[in-house]
Amino acid sequence: MDAKFDIQDLNVYWDGNLLLKKVTLRIPSCQILGVIGPAGSGKTTFIRSLDRMNELEPGFKMEGRILLDGEDIYAPGYDAVTLRKKVGMVFALPVALPMSIYENIVYGPRLAGIRNHDQLGGLVEQSLQAAFMWDEVKDRLEMSGLRLSGGQQQRLCLARVLAMEPEVILLDEPCSGLDPISTAKIEEALTALKKKYTIILVTNNTKQAARIADQTAFFLMGELIEIGPTDRIFTAPIHKQTDDYVTGRFG
Amino acid sequence: MRIRPRYTQWLAVTILGGATILTLAVLVFIIVFVLEKGLPVVNFGFLFTNAEDMGRAGGIFTTLIGTIVLPLLAIIVAAPLGISTAVYLTEYTVETRATKIIRFGTDCLAGIPSIIFGLFGFIFFVTTLGLGWSILSGGLTLAVMILPTIIRTTEEAVKAVPKSYRQVSFSLGATRWQTVKRVILPNALPGILTGIMLGIGRSIGETAAVIFTAGSSLRMPSSVFDSTRTMAVHFYILAREGISSENAYGTAATLIIAVLAINLTAYWMMGRFIAKRS
Ligand SMILES: Nc1ncnc2c1ncn2[C@@H]1O[C@H](COP(=O)(O)OP(=O)(O)O)[C@@H](O)[C@H]1O
Ligand SMILES: [Mg+2]
Repeated sequence: MDAKFDIQDLNVYWDGNLLLKKVTLRIPSCQILGVIGPAGSGKTTFIRSLDRMNELEPGFKMEGRILLDGEDIYAPGYDAVTLRKKVGMVFALPVALPMSIYENIVYGPRLAGIRNHDQLGGLVEQSLQAAFMWDEVKDRLEMSGLRLSGGQQQRLCLARVLAMEPEVILLDEPCSGLDPISTAKIEEALTALKKKYTIILVTNNTKQAARIADQTAFFLMGELIEIGPTDRIFTAPIHKQTDDYVTGRFG
Repeated sequence: MRIRPRYTQWLAVTILGGATILTLAVLVFIIVFVLEKGLPVVNFGFLFTNAEDMGRAGGIFTTLIGTIVLPLLAIIVAAPLGISTAVYLTEYTVETRATKIIRFGTDCLAGIPSIIFGLFGFIFFVTTLGLGWSILSGGLTLAVMILPTIIRTTEEAVKAVPKSYRQVSFSLGATRWQTVKRVILPNALPGILTGIMLGIGRSIGETAAVIFTAGSSLRMPSSVFDSTRTMAVHFYILAREGISSENAYGTAATLIIAVLAINLTAYWMMGRFIAKRS
Protein backbone atom coordinates (compact mmCIF):
# COMPACT_ATOMS: atom_id res chain seq x y z
CA MET A 1 0.00 0.00 0.00
CA ASP A 2 1.69 3.16 -1.17
CA ALA A 3 -1.08 5.57 -0.31
CA LYS A 4 0.25 8.91 0.92
CA PHE A 5 -2.94 9.69 2.79
CA ASP A 6 -5.25 7.02 4.09
CA ILE A 7 -8.51 8.50 5.32
CA GLN A 8 -10.82 6.22 7.24
CA ASP A 9 -14.40 7.02 8.24
CA LEU A 10 -13.76 10.73 8.62
CA ASN A 11 -16.63 12.61 10.27
CA VAL A 12 -16.30 16.33 10.79
CA TYR A 13 -18.63 18.44 12.88
CA TRP A 14 -18.89 22.22 12.89
CA ASP A 15 -20.72 23.57 15.91
CA GLY A 16 -22.20 20.13 16.50
CA ASN A 17 -23.51 19.69 12.94
CA LEU A 18 -22.21 16.68 11.02
CA LEU A 19 -20.78 18.19 7.83
CA LEU A 20 -18.45 15.47 6.53
CA LYS A 21 -19.95 12.02 6.66
CA LYS A 22 -17.91 8.80 6.76
CA VAL A 23 -15.40 9.93 4.18
CA THR A 24 -13.08 7.08 3.30
CA LEU A 25 -10.43 7.24 0.60
CA ARG A 26 -6.79 6.71 -0.20
CA ILE A 27 -4.68 9.30 -1.89
CA PRO A 28 -1.67 7.95 -3.78
CA SER A 29 1.54 9.96 -4.11
CA CYS A 30 2.87 11.53 -7.30
CA GLN A 31 -0.59 12.24 -8.65
CA ILE A 32 -3.06 15.04 -8.74
CA LEU A 33 -6.32 14.29 -6.98
CA GLY A 34 -9.08 16.62 -8.13
CA VAL A 35 -11.83 17.32 -5.62
CA ILE A 36 -15.06 18.64 -7.11
CA GLY A 37 -18.55 19.34 -5.84
CA PRO A 38 -20.97 22.21 -5.41
CA ALA A 39 -20.35 25.00 -2.91
CA GLY A 40 -20.99 23.96 0.67
CA SER A 41 -20.38 20.27 0.01
CA GLY A 42 -17.44 20.15 2.42
CA LYS A 43 -14.45 20.32 0.07
CA THR A 44 -12.66 23.00 2.07
CA THR A 45 -13.44 21.28 5.34
CA PHE A 46 -12.06 18.09 3.86
CA ILE A 47 -8.68 19.39 2.71
CA ARG A 48 -8.23 21.51 5.82
CA SER A 49 -8.55 18.30 7.83
CA LEU A 50 -5.44 17.07 6.07
CA ASP A 51 -3.13 19.73 7.51
CA ARG A 52 -5.12 20.29 10.70
CA MET A 53 -6.05 23.86 9.85
CA ASN A 54 -9.65 23.26 10.93
CA GLU A 55 -8.74 23.00 14.58
CA LEU A 56 -7.65 26.65 14.61
CA GLU A 57 -11.32 27.59 14.33
CA PRO A 58 -13.79 27.24 17.17
CA GLY A 59 -16.50 24.61 16.88
CA PHE A 60 -14.48 21.94 15.09
CA LYS A 61 -14.72 18.26 16.02
CA MET A 62 -13.67 15.18 14.09
CA GLU A 63 -13.92 11.41 14.29
CA GLY A 64 -12.16 8.72 12.29
CA ARG A 65 -8.54 8.46 11.27
CA ILE A 66 -6.28 10.21 8.84
CA LEU A 67 -2.98 8.46 8.23
CA LEU A 68 -0.06 10.16 6.52
CA ASP A 69 2.55 7.57 5.52
CA GLY A 70 0.80 5.21 7.94
CA GLU A 71 0.92 7.61 10.91
CA ASP A 72 -2.24 8.98 12.50
CA ILE A 73 -1.93 12.77 12.23
CA TYR A 74 -4.57 13.31 14.90
CA ALA A 75 -2.86 11.02 17.40
CA PRO A 76 -2.20 12.85 20.68
CA GLY A 77 1.59 12.97 20.25
CA TYR A 78 1.51 14.15 16.61
CA ASP A 79 2.65 17.77 16.28
CA ALA A 80 0.47 19.92 14.02
CA VAL A 81 3.36 22.30 13.30
CA THR A 82 5.53 19.47 11.98
CA LEU A 83 2.59 18.22 9.94
CA ARG A 84 2.04 21.60 8.29
CA LYS A 85 5.68 21.71 7.23
CA LYS A 86 5.08 18.48 5.31
CA VAL A 87 1.63 19.39 4.01
CA GLY A 88 1.50 22.83 2.38
CA MET A 89 -1.64 24.75 1.53
CA VAL A 90 -2.54 27.29 -1.14
CA PHE A 91 -5.74 29.15 -0.27
CA ALA A 92 -8.52 30.31 -2.55
CA LEU A 93 -7.70 33.98 -2.11
CA PRO A 94 -4.08 34.73 -2.84
CA VAL A 95 -2.55 36.19 0.31
CA ALA A 96 0.89 37.68 -0.01
CA LEU A 97 2.21 38.59 3.40
CA PRO A 98 3.04 42.31 3.66
CA MET A 99 6.75 41.84 3.06
CA SER A 100 9.03 41.52 0.07
CA ILE A 101 8.68 38.74 -2.50
CA TYR A 102 11.93 37.28 -1.19
CA GLU A 103 10.77 37.40 2.44
CA ASN A 104 7.45 35.81 1.51
CA ILE A 105 9.22 32.83 0.00
CA VAL A 106 11.80 32.31 2.72
CA TYR A 107 9.12 32.56 5.43
CA GLY A 108 8.72 28.76 5.65
CA PRO A 109 12.42 27.87 5.27
CA ARG A 110 13.36 30.41 7.97
CA LEU A 111 10.85 28.78 10.32
CA ALA A 112 12.51 25.47 9.54
CA GLY A 113 15.75 26.99 10.80
CA ILE A 114 17.55 27.66 7.51
CA ARG A 115 19.78 30.74 7.94
CA ASN A 116 22.35 30.31 5.19
CA HIS A 117 22.01 33.12 2.68
CA ASP A 118 23.01 31.12 -0.40
CA GLN A 119 20.74 28.26 0.54
CA LEU A 120 17.78 30.62 0.98
CA GLY A 121 18.59 32.35 -2.31
CA GLY A 122 18.71 28.97 -4.04
CA LEU A 123 15.33 28.00 -2.62
CA VAL A 124 13.83 31.29 -3.79
CA GLU A 125 15.03 30.81 -7.35
CA GLN A 126 14.06 27.13 -7.46
CA SER A 127 10.55 27.67 -6.15
CA LEU A 128 9.86 30.69 -8.31
CA GLN A 129 11.07 28.69 -11.33
CA ALA A 130 8.74 25.84 -10.40
CA ALA A 131 5.82 28.28 -10.06
CA PHE A 132 6.62 29.72 -13.51
CA MET A 133 7.30 33.25 -12.31
CA TRP A 134 11.05 33.52 -11.89
CA ASP A 135 11.50 35.54 -15.09
CA GLU A 136 8.73 37.93 -14.11
CA VAL A 137 10.16 38.84 -10.72
CA LYS A 138 13.83 37.90 -10.62
CA ASP A 139 14.89 41.54 -10.86
CA ARG A 140 12.58 42.81 -8.15
CA LEU A 141 12.67 40.29 -5.34
CA GLU A 142 12.85 43.16 -2.86
CA MET A 143 9.50 44.56 -4.01
CA SER A 144 6.56 44.11 -1.66
CA GLY A 145 4.53 41.02 -2.51
CA LEU A 146 1.38 43.12 -2.15
CA ARG A 147 2.21 44.97 -5.37
CA LEU A 148 1.94 41.86 -7.53
CA SER A 149 -1.20 41.18 -9.55
CA GLY A 150 -3.70 38.60 -8.26
CA GLY A 151 -2.41 35.92 -10.63
CA GLN A 152 1.18 36.61 -9.66
CA GLN A 153 0.30 36.61 -5.96
CA GLN A 154 -1.26 33.18 -6.30
CA ARG A 155 1.86 31.83 -7.98
CA LEU A 156 3.87 33.49 -5.22
CA CYS A 157 1.73 31.52 -2.74
CA LEU A 158 2.52 28.33 -4.64
CA ALA A 159 6.23 29.17 -4.68
CA ARG A 160 6.09 29.94 -0.97
CA VAL A 161 4.66 26.49 -0.30
CA LEU A 162 7.23 24.83 -2.56
CA ALA A 163 10.07 26.56 -0.71
CA MET A 164 9.12 24.61 2.43
CA GLU A 165 9.96 21.46 0.44
CA PRO A 166 6.73 19.77 1.51
CA GLU A 167 5.57 16.30 0.56
CA VAL A 168 1.94 17.16 -0.09
CA ILE A 169 0.43 20.30 -1.63
CA LEU A 170 -3.18 21.16 -0.91
CA LEU A 171 -4.86 23.75 -3.12
CA ASP A 172 -8.30 25.12 -2.33
CA GLU A 173 -9.82 26.54 -5.51
CA PRO A 174 -6.54 28.30 -6.30
CA CYS A 175 -7.72 29.66 -9.62
CA SER A 176 -11.19 30.85 -8.68
CA GLY A 177 -10.26 34.52 -8.93
CA LEU A 178 -7.68 34.29 -11.70
CA ASP A 179 -7.62 35.11 -15.39
CA PRO A 180 -7.22 32.27 -17.93
CA ILE A 181 -3.52 32.93 -18.51
CA SER A 182 -2.61 32.80 -14.81
CA THR A 183 -4.81 29.73 -14.49
CA ALA A 184 -2.96 28.03 -17.34
CA LYS A 185 0.39 28.81 -15.71
CA ILE A 186 -0.71 27.31 -12.41
CA GLU A 187 -2.05 24.20 -14.14
CA GLU A 188 1.20 23.82 -16.06
CA ALA A 189 3.17 24.17 -12.84
CA LEU A 190 1.04 21.58 -11.04
CA THR A 191 1.34 19.10 -13.86
CA ALA A 192 5.12 19.39 -13.68
CA LEU A 193 5.13 19.22 -9.88
CA LYS A 194 3.18 16.01 -9.55
CA LYS A 195 6.30 13.97 -10.34
CA LYS A 196 7.62 14.91 -6.94
CA TYR A 197 4.59 15.75 -4.82
CA THR A 198 1.20 14.50 -3.83
CA ILE A 199 -1.21 17.17 -4.99
CA ILE A 200 -4.80 17.60 -3.87
CA LEU A 201 -6.63 20.21 -5.90
CA VAL A 202 -10.07 21.40 -4.89
CA THR A 203 -11.68 23.13 -7.81
CA ASN A 204 -15.02 24.70 -8.56
CA ASN A 205 -14.26 24.28 -12.23
CA THR A 206 -14.94 20.72 -13.37
CA LYS A 207 -13.05 21.35 -16.58
CA GLN A 208 -9.92 22.07 -14.59
CA ALA A 209 -10.20 18.69 -12.87
CA ALA A 210 -10.79 17.06 -16.24
CA ARG A 211 -7.68 18.77 -17.64
CA ILE A 212 -5.09 17.98 -15.00
CA ALA A 213 -6.34 15.58 -12.31
CA ASP A 214 -5.32 11.92 -12.44
CA GLN A 215 -8.09 10.92 -10.09
CA THR A 216 -11.20 12.87 -9.24
CA ALA A 217 -13.34 12.75 -6.13
CA PHE A 218 -16.89 14.09 -6.14
CA PHE A 219 -18.34 15.47 -2.90
CA LEU A 220 -21.98 16.26 -2.33
CA MET A 221 -23.47 17.50 0.92
CA GLY A 222 -20.62 16.22 3.02
CA GLU A 223 -20.44 12.82 1.42
CA LEU A 224 -17.83 11.40 -0.90
CA ILE A 225 -20.12 10.17 -3.64
CA GLU A 226 -17.55 8.76 -5.97
CA ILE A 227 -13.82 8.62 -6.61
CA GLY A 228 -11.97 7.18 -9.56
CA PRO A 229 -9.71 7.87 -12.51
CA THR A 230 -10.65 11.26 -13.95
CA ASP A 231 -11.51 9.84 -17.39
CA ARG A 232 -13.99 7.44 -15.92
CA ILE A 233 -15.57 10.00 -13.58
CA PHE A 234 -16.22 12.26 -16.54
CA THR A 235 -17.21 9.68 -19.11
CA ALA A 236 -18.76 6.81 -17.20
CA PRO A 237 -19.68 7.84 -13.66
CA ILE A 238 -21.37 5.19 -11.57
CA HIS A 239 -23.65 7.52 -9.65
CA LYS A 240 -26.34 9.64 -11.20
CA GLN A 241 -25.48 12.66 -9.03
CA THR A 242 -21.91 12.59 -10.35
CA ASP A 243 -23.19 12.44 -13.90
CA ASP A 244 -25.54 15.36 -13.27
CA TYR A 245 -22.77 17.43 -11.74
CA VAL A 246 -20.02 16.79 -14.29
CA THR A 247 -22.36 17.36 -17.19
CA GLY A 248 -23.44 20.63 -15.63
CA ARG A 249 -27.04 19.70 -14.97
CA PHE A 250 -26.75 21.18 -11.48
CA GLY A 251 -24.28 22.75 -9.10
CA MET B 1 -42.74 71.33 3.23
CA ARG B 2 -39.98 69.52 1.35
CA ILE B 3 -36.54 71.06 1.21
CA ARG B 4 -34.77 70.66 -2.10
CA PRO B 5 -31.85 68.15 -2.11
CA ARG B 6 -29.54 70.82 -3.47
CA TYR B 7 -30.38 72.99 -0.52
CA THR B 8 -29.89 70.22 2.09
CA GLN B 9 -26.61 69.34 0.44
CA TRP B 10 -25.46 72.93 0.82
CA LEU B 11 -26.66 72.93 4.43
CA ALA B 12 -24.78 69.71 5.25
CA VAL B 13 -21.53 71.01 3.81
CA THR B 14 -21.92 74.25 5.71
CA ILE B 15 -22.64 72.61 9.05
CA LEU B 16 -19.98 69.90 8.79
CA GLY B 17 -17.40 72.29 7.39
CA GLY B 18 -18.31 74.90 9.97
CA ALA B 19 -17.80 72.44 12.81
CA THR B 20 -14.40 71.50 11.42
CA ILE B 21 -13.33 75.12 11.10
CA LEU B 22 -14.57 75.90 14.60
CA THR B 23 -12.61 72.97 16.08
CA LEU B 24 -9.47 73.98 14.23
CA ALA B 25 -9.91 77.60 15.25
CA VAL B 26 -10.15 76.74 18.94
CA LEU B 27 -7.04 74.56 18.70
CA VAL B 28 -5.03 77.12 16.78
CA PHE B 29 -6.17 79.86 19.14
CA ILE B 30 -4.98 77.96 22.22
CA ILE B 31 -1.64 77.10 20.68
CA VAL B 32 -1.02 80.58 19.30
CA PHE B 33 -2.10 82.18 22.58
CA VAL B 34 0.29 80.08 24.64
CA LEU B 35 3.15 80.35 22.20
CA GLU B 36 2.74 84.09 21.85
CA LYS B 37 2.90 84.64 25.59
CA GLY B 38 5.48 81.97 26.28
CA LEU B 39 7.95 81.96 23.39
CA PRO B 40 9.58 85.31 24.21
CA VAL B 41 10.88 83.76 27.45
CA VAL B 42 12.08 80.53 25.88
CA ASN B 43 15.73 80.52 24.93
CA PHE B 44 18.80 78.40 25.53
CA GLY B 45 19.31 79.79 29.01
CA PHE B 46 15.71 79.21 30.00
CA LEU B 47 15.86 75.57 28.94
CA PHE B 48 19.24 74.72 30.40
CA THR B 49 19.54 76.56 33.70
CA ASN B 50 17.94 75.57 36.95
CA ALA B 51 15.04 77.44 38.49
CA GLU B 52 15.81 79.98 41.16
CA ASP B 53 13.63 81.43 43.86
CA MET B 54 10.90 78.78 43.33
CA GLY B 55 10.77 79.54 39.64
CA ARG B 56 10.50 83.28 39.84
CA ALA B 57 13.87 83.51 38.17
CA GLY B 58 16.16 81.16 36.28
CA GLY B 59 15.08 78.43 33.87
CA ILE B 60 13.33 75.08 33.87
CA PHE B 61 16.18 72.62 33.38
CA THR B 62 15.32 70.23 36.21
CA THR B 63 11.66 70.13 35.20
CA LEU B 64 12.74 69.31 31.67
CA ILE B 65 14.64 66.35 33.08
CA GLY B 66 11.62 65.37 35.19
CA THR B 67 9.39 65.55 32.11
CA ILE B 68 11.70 63.22 30.22
CA VAL B 69 12.37 60.76 33.01
CA LEU B 70 8.87 60.16 34.40
CA PRO B 71 7.08 59.37 31.12
CA LEU B 72 10.09 57.34 30.00
CA LEU B 73 9.94 55.18 33.11
CA ALA B 74 6.16 54.88 32.72
CA ILE B 75 6.49 53.69 29.12
CA ILE B 76 9.36 51.32 29.86
CA VAL B 77 7.17 49.62 32.46
CA ALA B 78 3.75 49.90 30.82
CA ALA B 79 4.56 49.10 27.18
CA PRO B 80 5.94 45.56 27.62
CA LEU B 81 3.29 44.72 30.22
CA GLY B 82 0.44 46.17 28.19
CA ILE B 83 1.51 44.74 24.86
CA SER B 84 2.05 41.27 26.36
CA THR B 85 -1.34 41.36 28.05
CA ALA B 86 -3.09 42.47 24.88
CA VAL B 87 -1.38 39.84 22.73
CA TYR B 88 -2.17 37.17 25.28
CA LEU B 89 -5.83 38.17 25.46
CA THR B 90 -6.31 38.32 21.70
CA GLU B 91 -4.08 35.54 20.41
CA TYR B 92 -3.82 32.99 23.17
CA THR B 93 -7.26 32.93 24.75
CA VAL B 94 -10.65 32.32 23.25
CA GLU B 95 -13.33 34.86 24.04
CA THR B 96 -14.84 33.70 27.33
CA ARG B 97 -16.60 35.38 30.19
CA ALA B 98 -13.24 35.81 31.94
CA THR B 99 -11.66 37.71 29.02
CA LYS B 100 -14.80 39.84 28.72
CA ILE B 101 -14.54 40.77 32.38
CA ILE B 102 -10.85 41.63 31.98
CA ARG B 103 -11.68 43.78 28.94
CA PHE B 104 -14.50 45.52 30.77
CA GLY B 105 -12.14 46.13 33.68
CA THR B 106 -9.49 47.74 31.48
CA ASP B 107 -12.13 49.92 29.84
CA CYS B 108 -13.29 51.11 33.23
CA LEU B 109 -9.72 51.76 34.38
CA ALA B 110 -9.06 53.83 31.26
CA GLY B 111 -11.86 56.18 32.22
CA ILE B 112 -10.91 56.75 35.87
CA PRO B 113 -9.79 60.31 36.71
CA SER B 114 -6.04 60.54 37.11
CA ILE B 115 -6.29 61.90 40.66
CA ILE B 116 -7.57 58.47 41.74
CA PHE B 117 -4.42 56.90 40.31
CA GLY B 118 -2.47 59.56 42.18
CA LEU B 119 -4.15 58.60 45.39
CA PHE B 120 -3.54 54.91 44.74
CA GLY B 121 0.11 55.63 43.90
CA PHE B 122 0.48 57.65 47.07
CA ILE B 123 -0.96 54.93 49.26
CA PHE B 124 0.70 52.00 47.53
CA PHE B 125 4.07 53.14 46.16
CA VAL B 126 4.84 56.16 48.32
CA THR B 127 3.60 54.85 51.67
CA THR B 128 3.11 51.08 51.67
CA LEU B 129 6.18 50.20 49.61
CA GLY B 130 8.04 53.08 51.23
CA LEU B 131 9.35 54.51 47.97
CA GLY B 132 8.54 58.04 49.13
CA TRP B 133 7.92 60.93 46.76
CA SER B 134 10.20 59.81 44.01
CA ILE B 135 10.71 59.31 40.31
CA LEU B 136 10.07 55.62 40.92
CA SER B 137 6.71 56.18 42.63
CA GLY B 138 5.67 58.70 40.00
CA GLY B 139 6.79 56.61 37.04
CA LEU B 140 5.08 53.48 38.33
CA THR B 141 1.88 55.38 39.03
CA LEU B 142 1.89 56.82 35.53
CA ALA B 143 2.56 53.32 34.21
CA VAL B 144 -0.54 51.99 35.98
CA MET B 145 -2.50 54.96 34.67
CA ILE B 146 -1.62 54.46 30.99
CA LEU B 147 -1.64 50.66 31.05
CA PRO B 148 -5.34 50.32 30.11
CA THR B 149 -4.92 52.64 27.13
CA ILE B 150 -1.95 50.66 25.85
CA ILE B 151 -3.77 47.37 26.33
CA ARG B 152 -6.85 48.56 24.47
CA THR B 153 -5.05 50.18 21.55
CA THR B 154 -2.77 47.16 21.16
CA GLU B 155 -5.75 44.83 21.24
CA GLU B 156 -7.49 46.80 18.51
CA ALA B 157 -4.31 46.89 16.44
CA VAL B 158 -3.75 43.15 16.82
CA LYS B 159 -7.36 42.35 15.98
CA ALA B 160 -7.11 44.48 12.84
CA VAL B 161 -4.39 42.22 11.39
CA PRO B 162 -6.22 40.17 8.74
CA LYS B 163 -7.12 36.64 9.76
CA SER B 164 -5.74 35.40 6.46
CA TYR B 165 -2.19 36.40 7.51
CA ARG B 166 -2.48 34.16 10.54
CA GLN B 167 -3.78 31.31 8.42
CA VAL B 168 -0.95 31.64 5.94
CA SER B 169 1.61 31.74 8.72
CA PHE B 170 0.20 28.66 10.45
CA SER B 171 -0.11 26.80 7.17
CA LEU B 172 3.60 27.41 6.54
CA GLY B 173 4.46 25.62 9.76
CA ALA B 174 4.70 28.54 12.17
CA THR B 175 3.90 28.17 15.85
CA ARG B 176 1.63 30.69 17.48
CA TRP B 177 4.56 32.61 18.92
CA GLN B 178 6.35 32.70 15.56
CA THR B 179 3.17 34.02 14.00
CA VAL B 180 2.89 36.70 16.67
CA LYS B 181 6.52 37.71 16.29
CA ARG B 182 6.82 37.66 12.50
CA VAL B 183 3.40 38.65 11.26
CA ILE B 184 1.13 40.05 13.93
CA LEU B 185 3.39 42.44 15.84
CA PRO B 186 5.00 43.99 12.74
CA ASN B 187 1.57 44.61 11.24
CA ALA B 188 0.08 45.91 14.46
CA LEU B 189 3.07 48.15 15.15
CA PRO B 190 1.61 51.42 13.86
CA GLY B 191 -1.45 50.92 16.07
CA ILE B 192 0.67 49.92 19.05
CA LEU B 193 2.83 53.01 18.55
CA THR B 194 -0.29 55.14 18.56
CA GLY B 195 -1.18 53.70 21.95
CA ILE B 196 2.31 54.39 23.23
CA MET B 197 2.16 57.96 21.94
CA LEU B 198 -1.17 58.45 23.69
CA GLY B 199 0.41 57.09 26.86
CA ILE B 200 3.41 59.40 26.59
CA GLY B 201 1.14 62.34 25.91
CA ARG B 202 -1.00 61.61 28.95
CA SER B 203 2.08 61.16 31.16
CA ILE B 204 3.68 64.38 30.00
CA GLY B 205 0.52 66.37 30.61
CA GLU B 206 -0.35 64.78 33.93
CA THR B 207 -0.27 66.91 37.08
CA ALA B 208 -2.51 65.50 39.81
CA ALA B 209 -1.14 61.95 39.80
CA VAL B 210 2.44 63.27 39.62
CA ILE B 211 2.23 65.74 42.51
CA PHE B 212 0.89 62.99 44.75
CA THR B 213 3.63 60.52 43.90
CA ALA B 214 6.75 62.21 42.54
CA GLY B 215 6.36 65.34 44.61
CA SER B 216 7.47 68.68 43.22
CA SER B 217 11.12 69.13 44.15
CA LEU B 218 13.00 71.56 41.94
CA ARG B 219 16.37 70.05 42.80
CA MET B 220 18.20 67.97 40.22
CA PRO B 221 17.42 64.32 41.04
CA SER B 222 20.44 62.07 41.46
CA SER B 223 18.60 58.75 41.49
CA VAL B 224 15.16 57.29 40.88
CA PHE B 225 14.52 57.59 44.63
CA ASP B 226 14.60 61.38 44.48
CA SER B 227 11.59 63.59 44.08
CA THR B 228 11.22 65.54 40.86
CA ARG B 229 8.97 68.07 39.19
CA THR B 230 7.66 67.87 35.64
CA MET B 231 6.97 70.85 33.37
CA ALA B 232 3.23 70.34 33.69
CA VAL B 233 3.48 70.44 37.50
CA HIS B 234 5.85 73.40 37.31
CA PHE B 235 3.38 75.30 35.15
CA TYR B 236 0.57 74.45 37.51
CA ILE B 237 2.47 75.65 40.57
CA LEU B 238 3.80 78.82 38.92
CA ALA B 239 0.36 79.80 37.68
CA ARG B 240 -1.61 78.63 40.67
CA GLU B 241 0.52 80.33 43.29
CA GLY B 242 1.03 83.42 41.16
CA ILE B 243 4.80 83.02 41.25
CA SER B 244 5.59 84.10 37.70
CA SER B 245 3.14 84.13 34.85
CA GLU B 246 5.94 84.81 32.36
CA ASN B 247 7.83 81.69 33.33
CA ALA B 248 4.56 79.76 33.54
CA TYR B 249 3.81 80.56 29.90
CA GLY B 250 7.42 79.86 28.95
CA THR B 251 7.05 76.41 30.48
CA ALA B 252 3.72 75.86 28.73
CA ALA B 253 5.17 76.87 25.37
CA THR B 254 8.09 74.47 25.83
CA LEU B 255 5.61 71.73 26.73
CA ILE B 256 3.53 72.29 23.61
CA ILE B 257 6.59 72.29 21.38
CA ALA B 258 7.88 69.11 23.01
CA VAL B 259 4.58 67.27 22.53
CA LEU B 260 4.39 68.47 18.93
CA ALA B 261 7.94 67.32 18.25
CA ILE B 262 7.31 63.88 19.75
CA ASN B 263 4.17 63.39 17.71
CA LEU B 264 5.78 64.54 14.47
CA THR B 265 8.70 62.16 15.02
CA ALA B 266 6.33 59.29 15.71
CA TYR B 267 4.29 59.98 12.56
CA TRP B 268 7.42 60.25 10.50
CA MET B 269 8.73 56.93 11.86
CA MET B 270 5.39 55.22 11.27
CA GLY B 271 5.18 56.57 7.74
CA ARG B 272 8.60 55.23 6.90
CA PHE B 273 7.81 51.87 8.44
CA ILE B 274 4.55 51.50 6.53
CA ALA B 275 6.08 52.62 3.26
CA LYS B 276 8.76 49.95 3.60
CA ARG B 277 6.19 47.17 3.82
CA SER B 278 3.65 48.04 1.13
N1 LIG C 1 -15.22 27.44 10.49
C1 LIG C 1 -16.48 26.96 10.32
N2 LIG C 1 -17.39 27.09 11.30
C2 LIG C 1 -18.63 26.62 11.15
N3 LIG C 1 -19.08 26.02 10.03
C3 LIG C 1 -18.23 25.87 9.00
C4 LIG C 1 -16.88 26.34 9.09
N4 LIG C 1 -16.27 26.06 7.92
C5 LIG C 1 -17.18 25.45 7.14
N5 LIG C 1 -18.37 25.33 7.78
C6 LIG C 1 -19.59 24.74 7.23
O1 LIG C 1 -19.27 23.50 6.63
C7 LIG C 1 -20.02 23.30 5.45
C8 LIG C 1 -19.09 22.93 4.31
O2 LIG C 1 -18.36 24.08 3.97
P1 LIG C 1 -17.04 24.02 3.10
O3 LIG C 1 -16.18 22.93 3.62
O4 LIG C 1 -16.48 25.37 3.08
O5 LIG C 1 -17.60 23.60 1.68
P2 LIG C 1 -17.03 23.90 0.23
O6 LIG C 1 -15.58 24.21 0.35
O7 LIG C 1 -17.29 22.66 -0.52
O8 LIG C 1 -17.81 25.05 -0.32
C9 LIG C 1 -20.82 24.58 5.21
O9 LIG C 1 -22.16 24.34 5.60
C10 LIG C 1 -20.17 25.57 6.12
O10 LIG C 1 -21.12 26.49 6.62
MG1 LIG D 1 -14.53 25.97 -0.22
